[in-house]
Amino acid sequence: MDLFGNLIFGFSVALSWQNLGYCLIGVTVGTLIGVLPGIGPLGTIAILMPITYGVSPVGALIMLAGIYYGAQYGGSTTAILVNLPGETSAVVTCIDGYQMARQGRAGPALAIAAIGSFFAGTVGTLLIALAGPPLAEVALKFGSPEYFSLMLMGLVAAAVLAQGDMVKSLAMVAVGLLFGIVGTDVNTGVQRYTFGVTELSDGIGFIVVAVGVFAIGEIVGNLGGKEERRVFGAKVTHLFPTKDDMRRSIGPILRGTGIGSFFGVLPGTGPAIASFASYMLEKKLADDPARFGKGAIEGVAAPEAANNADAQCKFIPMLTLGLPASGVMALMLGALAIQGIQPGPEVMALRPDLFWGLVASMWIGNLMLVVLNLPMIGLWVKLLQVPYRLLFPAIMAFSAIGIYSVNNSSFEIYLTALFGIFGFVCMKLGFPPAPMLLGYVLGPMMEENLRRSMLMSGGDPTVFVTHPISAAFIIATVLILLVMVVPAVRARRMEIAD
Amino acid sequence: MNPSILNNKDVWAGLLLIAIGAAALFIARDYTFGTALRMGPGFFPIVLGAMLILFGLYILATGLRSGAQIEGSWSLRALIILPLSLVLFGVLMEYGGFVPAMLVLIFGSATASTEFRFVEVLLFAIGLTALCVAVFVWGLGLPYPLLTGFG
Repeated sequence: MDLFGNLIFGFSVALSWQNLGYCLIGVTVGTLIGVLPGIGPLGTIAILMPITYGVSPVGALIMLAGIYYGAQYGGSTTAILVNLPGETSAVVTCIDGYQMARQGRAGPALAIAAIGSFFAGTVGTLLIALAGPPLAEVALKFGSPEYFSLMLMGLVAAAVLAQGDMVKSLAMVAVGLLFGIVGTDVNTGVQRYTFGVTELSDGIGFIVVAVGVFAIGEIVGNLGGKEERRVFGAKVTHLFPTKDDMRRSIGPILRGTGIGSFFGVLPGTGPAIASFASYMLEKKLADDPARFGKGAIEGVAAPEAANNADAQCKFIPMLTLGLPASGVMALMLGALAIQGIQPGPEVMALRPDLFWGLVASMWIGNLMLVVLNLPMIGLWVKLLQVPYRLLFPAIMAFSAIGIYSVNNSSFEIYLTALFGIFGFVCMKLGFPPAPMLLGYVLGPMMEENLRRSMLMSGGDPTVFVTHPISAAFIIATVLILLVMVVPAVRARRMEIAD
Repeated sequence: MNPSILNNKDVWAGLLLIAIGAAALFIARDYTFGTALRMGPGFFPIVLGAMLILFGLYILATGLRSGAQIEGSWSLRALIILPLSLVLFGVLMEYGGFVPAMLVLIFGSATASTEFRFVEVLLFAIGLTALCVAVFVWGLGLPYPLLTGFG
């Protein structure tokens, strides 16, 4: 298959008026929530998912993806102007971005952030287009044992590489798997963990879990802390970076893109890790490391490129293997499943419009974001003045309508309230919530593949190590676990988490 | 009891996992475990439940050793008010209609903030409810009655 023809096909899908519209809505909403601290892409995508029911699968995916990478752009705006990370991925951008703003160079900082992100987004899109088809080809040969081992590896890696306590992450995966199997058992028809409630026989609603934990639980957590005062660093006067700025930024943008793409395909690593790693690298490479932390433009260019490349490349395992590498990707899988599409390598062959349309739309979306973010910066700055005390009741309202509209059922509202409490308690006790969502999404699939493998092999559990591909996944899983037990690595990991 | 135990993060984290694992095992006791060849509906839940108890014990032990404390407040006000507002929304959607449900949800959840201001929030709740009626009921055509009789 030729890449060029496929991309042209993708653009023909993405450039339809409807899909352009969904893309624009997605990136606009994404920028909006990116700019606003206290609401992230996970919660937003969960809340908006019911709206996508009536939309075509391509349109739904394009819009939800737009929210995700749009948030990366928006997050840097807040980081630079207010010294608050609008998104966690923008934490590193605060360091030098805000210093630049204080020196009256907010414009160039914002511009470099946008340029770096756009470049990284373009490379990320190309990588998906290049890596997708061959990966899917390989994955088509997978049987049940391979899938089971792949999911096992994905879950373990996601838990281990995620920030926070490793054992707690793994435990959350197991909790998620348990929530995932609530409902009618597909093989025997037995009702599991339904407590005789008819609403539960189809399982716990995906949106209920996601909104409960990531929107409601998050708000409770935010209200516990004091609302931070937002002081504007500087007025944005001139936008264009100088020649010197550009010269300094090229290297960091290239390296940041590389680092971001690498971390992007790893499961579990959030964009924050990629941007942190690229910042440290630039600091090491710099002639004069002392400039960092005092408004070095490299310190904005590299992490911004890295976090956007990471965000884009997270789509690779999701689209080709049906394996979510992060919480957001788990939501994307959920959105596809709701649309009646079983995610996996078949998607590319059966629904090429979905894959190539999404890839093309990402590039278009990145272009839209540059336009949205630079000339319209004033509008976004105004948004920062909306106080959280009014923002969160509005989020509550949209969440409630979204959940209720799925099945017109009050029961799911009550369940969401419960998951909100559960999510908050988990966060308080140091359990990261994202691994739970991954487990929840993969739970039924894992169980199904485990059962099928055992049936296939005649009850012989060695099937997972006698099939070579499956064995490779199992070995990788064991290696990941072993490496993490090494004390030095553990200590270093804790350091980064802090 | 030692107050530092009551606020020990990992002790509670471990206990929570053990509780979930034990509940999972207890409820799954009636599900057939099956054989390796034909796994019953009980296999996966029982394995997971057992795993959770093990994780829980490990984390509990870590907590007793390190004594790490829970940081920050429990934000009890928000933790009670927000879920309660949602529940009221659910009840009112069935017995009161869309408008009272929205008003109660928005106004109710706003009281969770320590910066709550009565008049501002009242106006905001009315405005947002009107907007939602326009967008979701009239615009998107969600089939919810705006106001129904009680009882």
